[in-house]
Amino acid sequence: MKAATSDEYKILGTRPIRHDGADKVTGKAKYGADVQFANLAHGKILRSPHAHARIKSIDTSAAEKVPGVFAVITANDFPDPQDKIADLGEGPVTLSHLGSNVMARGKVLYKGHAVAAVAATSTHVAEQALNLIQVDYEILEPVLWVLDAMAEDAPLLHENVFTDSMGEASEKPSNIEKHLHFEKGDIEQGFAEADIVIEREFKTASVHQGYIEPHVATADWNEDGQLRIWTSTQGSFTVRHQTAELVGIPLSRVTVYPCEIGGGFGGKIAVYLQPVAALLSRKSGRPVKLVMQRDEVFEGTGPTPGSFVRVKLGAKNDGTLTAGKAWIAFDAGAFPGGPIGPGCMCVFSCYDLPHATVDGYNVCNNKPKTQAYRAPGSTHVAYATENVLDEIAGELDLDPLDLRLKNAVKEGSRRVDGPVYPEIGCVEVLEAVKNSEHWNAPLEGPYRGRGLALGFWFNCGLKSSATANVNTDGTVTLIEGSTDIGGSRTSLAMQLAETLGLTAEEIHPQVADTDSVGYTDVTGGSRVTFATGLAVCKAGEDIQKQMRQQAAVLWDCDANEIEISGSTFSRNGNSISFQELAAKQLQLGEPIVGRATVAPDCSTNGFGAHIADVEVDPETGKTTVLRYTAIQDAGKAIHPSYVEGQMQGGAVQGIGWALNEEYFFGDAGDMKNASFLDYRMPTCLDVPMIETIIVEVPNPDHPFGVRGVGETPIVPPPAAITIAIHNATGVYMRELPASPPRLWKALQEA
Amino acid sequence: MKNFEYAAPANVESATALLEKYGDAAKILAGGTDIIVQLREGLRAADVVIDIKNIPEIVDYQYSADVGLQLGAATPCYRIYGDEELAKAYPAVLDSTRIIGGWQIQSRASVGGNLCNASPAADSIPSLIAHQATCHIAGPHGRRSVAAQDFCTGPGRNTLEQGEMLVALTLPPSKPNSGSAYLRFIPRNEMDIAVVGAASWVQLDDSGESIQSGRIALAAVAPVPLYAEEASSWLSGQPATAATFVEAGELAKNIVSPISDMRGTAEYRQHLVGVLVKRTLKIAVERARTNQ
Ligand SMILES: Cc1cc2nc3c(=O)[nH]c(=O)nc-3n(C[C@H](O)[C@H](O)[C@H](O)COP(=O)(O)OP(=O)(O)OC[C@H]3O[C@@H](n4cnc5c(N)ncnc54)[C@H](O)[C@@H]3O)c2cc1C
Repeated sequence: MKAATSDEYKILGTRPIRHDGADKVTGKAKYGADVQFANLAHGKILRSPHAHARIKSIDTSAAEKVPGVFAVITANDFPDPQDKIADLGEGPVTLSHLGSNVMARGKVLYKGHAVAAVAATSTHVAEQALNLIQVDYEILEPVLWVLDAMAEDAPLLHENVFTDSMGEASEKPSNIEKHLHFEKGDIEQGFAEADIVIEREFKTASVHQGYIEPHVATADWNEDGQLRIWTSTQGSFTVRHQTAELVGIPLSRVTVYPCEIGGGFGGKIAVYLQPVAALLSRKSGRPVKLVMQRDEVFEGTGPTPGSFVRVKLGAKNDGTLTAGKAWIAFDAGAFPGGPIGPGCMCVFSCYDLPHATVDGYNVCNNKPKTQAYRAPGSTHVAYATENVLDEIAGELDLDPLDLRLKNAVKEGSRRVDGPVYPEIGCVEVLEAVKNSEHWNAPLEGPYRGRGLALGFWFNCGLKSSATANVNTDGTVTLIEGSTDIGGSRTSLAMQLAETLGLTAEEIHPQVADTDSVGYTDVTGGSRVTFATGLAVCKAGEDIQKQMRQQAAVLWDCDANEIEISGSTFSRNGNSISFQELAAKQLQLGEPIVGRATVAPDCSTNGFGAHIADVEVDPETGKTTVLRYTAIQDAGKAIHPSYVEGQMQGGAVQGIGWALNEEYFFGDAGDMKNASFLDYRMPTCLDVPMIETIIVEVPNPDHPFGVRGVGETPIVPPPAAITIAIHNATGVYMRELPASPPRLWKALQEA
Repeated sequence: MKNFEYAAPANVESATALLEKYGDAAKILAGGTDIIVQLREGLRAADVVIDIKNIPEIVDYQYSADVGLQLGAATPCYRIYGDEELAKAYPAVLDSTRIIGGWQIQSRASVGGNLCNASPAADSIPSLIAHQATCHIAGPHGRRSVAAQDFCTGPGRNTLEQGEMLVALTLPPSKPNSGSAYLRFIPRNEMDIAVVGAASWVQLDDSGESIQSGRIALAAVAPVPLYAEEASSWLSGQPATAATFVEAGELAKNIVSPISDMRGTAEYRQHLVGVLVKRTLKIAVERARTNQ
């Protein structure tokens, strides 16, 4: 399909006010914490004070006797899932692991692991009852650092986890849950052809998604056995499925009502509170609400893996890369699963390497079970590869941008894990860097430096449904199932408006519950504007087909004879507008309802490059970001403000990851900084206005060319920032965060 | 958090009577920006919370150039930095009150509360010490006073006995040719706890070239905020030059005993003492020269 230019469109590329804007700025929008019922009970969760311990016994009898307590539950109240494996939409999940993470069974595997829960008249009464629950622990040695957990003699988390090495299971149980291996070409030959070979090791700390809104769920187990759940989630259908499996009822008995959501970034896909609230509700006979406090969010929900990454690159003197080798170890946290696959696939995803091997290990350790976080796995590996590449540019005295351009992947390049890229925008993104004002602006002064880094994320398709009801006043109600985290309601409405020749305001988008819309996968993988957008466009075409038929009734002709241009239906000099036709629909025939379901099986391939200017205070090791620009291929920016917002948000999260954010653990494996005070996410005073440049290389798999944009922008920042620090100080920071104490120390030792 | 009684006495005597009656089960509420958080998080517990903001002398301040500052213990920060005369007389205190939390916190938080909370990292205490503040305490058996540097006795602990409360702080009148400054090091640019804090006060001779006397105080490098006595007295008679500032910083390092934690290593904190003493002395001298 041909590349569309912006002026072909009436709606796309404009910036209408978001449909949910008024409710959000006036405080009327309903978030999970706003859910209220007359007889609502309030729940609290008892969490493990130990990072690794066997639960010898739990005595809840004293807690049950506290006046005002309605129900107390432990893992014993959940059905035993035994060895059942369920496909929860994102690949197979061992239910016992999922369930044991929601409520510890036999062992606690991280500090903050849930062991019991109480529902009572108020959270204060519930807290009082929690204090009376007696848990007898046998404390075990914890293991936190990923390489330590891989050692032969490391404390073992699970007796029933064996290393899956490319399909083969290990003989002995192991913390190493998975070993992946990818190769392309002949690695020996590749390094032999190189004039320069550099190999470096990188470490990153666990970091959290840091959404403002804590996890929250309210469940009402009705007398008729129907379970209703109001919650903050990235995917109401996956919550329905996970909860049904864990509490042991058919999924049709669960309805999930997604509330407005205050951020997720991948961390609000797995269930934590929903099944607990459900069982508390069943036991107490009342609706039960559970809300996490911030320390529970940090200690009990998914960080992204801490990691160890070794990258070796070979290049010819002219900068042509000849070979790459990577060895990657990621934390899984308490239970198997995590982004080691994407980590392996992304480590060399921006560069055309003729010869490469990648080995990846996913390792259980005594941290909260890791969860997806924006481009999961890609940031860790880009940090490593981009820094090694920068060092090669330095050694060969080549321009870092030219070196990247020379080796950038293009249509036809094959990644180490196999896929061959279709039309992509990697080169176009780098060219936009080259032409940018920022890249060409001088940066002067002592202890100042500029860094450039490239990043990639696949962006997935998955499944979406949409229904669109044409109202007799000429507007359209759009019903879809993608919970709206980044303004997707408006981006979807705009695609329908463009299809039908209407304005964005004439579309009324609604995010529906699981009983009111067709199956829709999570808001994740940067897929919504692309895939749900695809469903919305098709629903629009379905509407046009039905309206053409009604016009045919009106003019007594064949539907094929009717032409549609924008919102006008015409034939032989007769014409009628969408609005007029909509008004007549009930006279002319059946109500008009468009519907579509899609399952695009493709990546939309998002590339981005970031430019960071920093200044380092050599006396304190503190880095100030002076200027920052994010450049990204969006395919087609439907609502440019939301694309820019994603680029800025991802960049800021990545800057936090680079400079200050980390889980700081004590010797006992206890997180010491489980608050926004000491888990230092950047505030608005810590970052400059993030400048953005949107590149548009249309995606051939979408009628408007949309690619996903949400995740790529978190990939380049740690690399861009550390490269900038190197240019400012001469020191490469190969461990994140490059916090002031660490950078000061590195400067001392340099 | 468990339920508690709330009392709002109208004078100091009623407040100390309540404090004596309930002992440790009573907690004073000034701005509440520490105590409410601590009660909610279960770090402290109270049967009765005594709000002292109805006591007129505790929520107000008086200043005159001759007598100095009498600062009611619960006067919120914004009142202090909103007063230009105070800004000139006690610049370090102003620096401190401007960085405690954000606007919302500053409209409630008090210097007295900051002192009584006795955090080793409290941002106002070094400035109080540098400005030679005196703490005025009322109790069931009368009133007494102690120097600011003797008020804190450990992390979260202070010199107050059962039944006692802090009523006011007094700061001596500003001396000619004097200036002061407070700086803290934080990894971010706001909403953070000092990794190290330092306040310096200096009085220059009439030429403005040499230091007549100086006071240096430190936070977050020991169980309590510290008065750096040796470094301070060494300053007398030294030229107001960069080399002096560096040397004073080196001397100040001798008295610290920092810990390593998530905010920084002991080694790093010790190093920062030198940096911050040097930087605050430089600003204090500049202010002494221009602040006439
Ligand atoms: C978001 C946030 C940011 C913050 N940022 C900073 C910061 O940057 N720097 C900093 O130093 N602090 C900071 N704090 C801590 C706090 O705001 C300060 O310590 C503040 O000065 C406390 O004053 P207050 O009046 O609110 O004290 P309160 O909370 O009312 O009292 C503090 C303690 O002192 C006791 N107390 C109060 N008055 C008296 C009295 N007259 N006699 C005896 N005991 C008394 C109370 O019982 C309590 O134990 C922050 C707090 C929050 C919530």
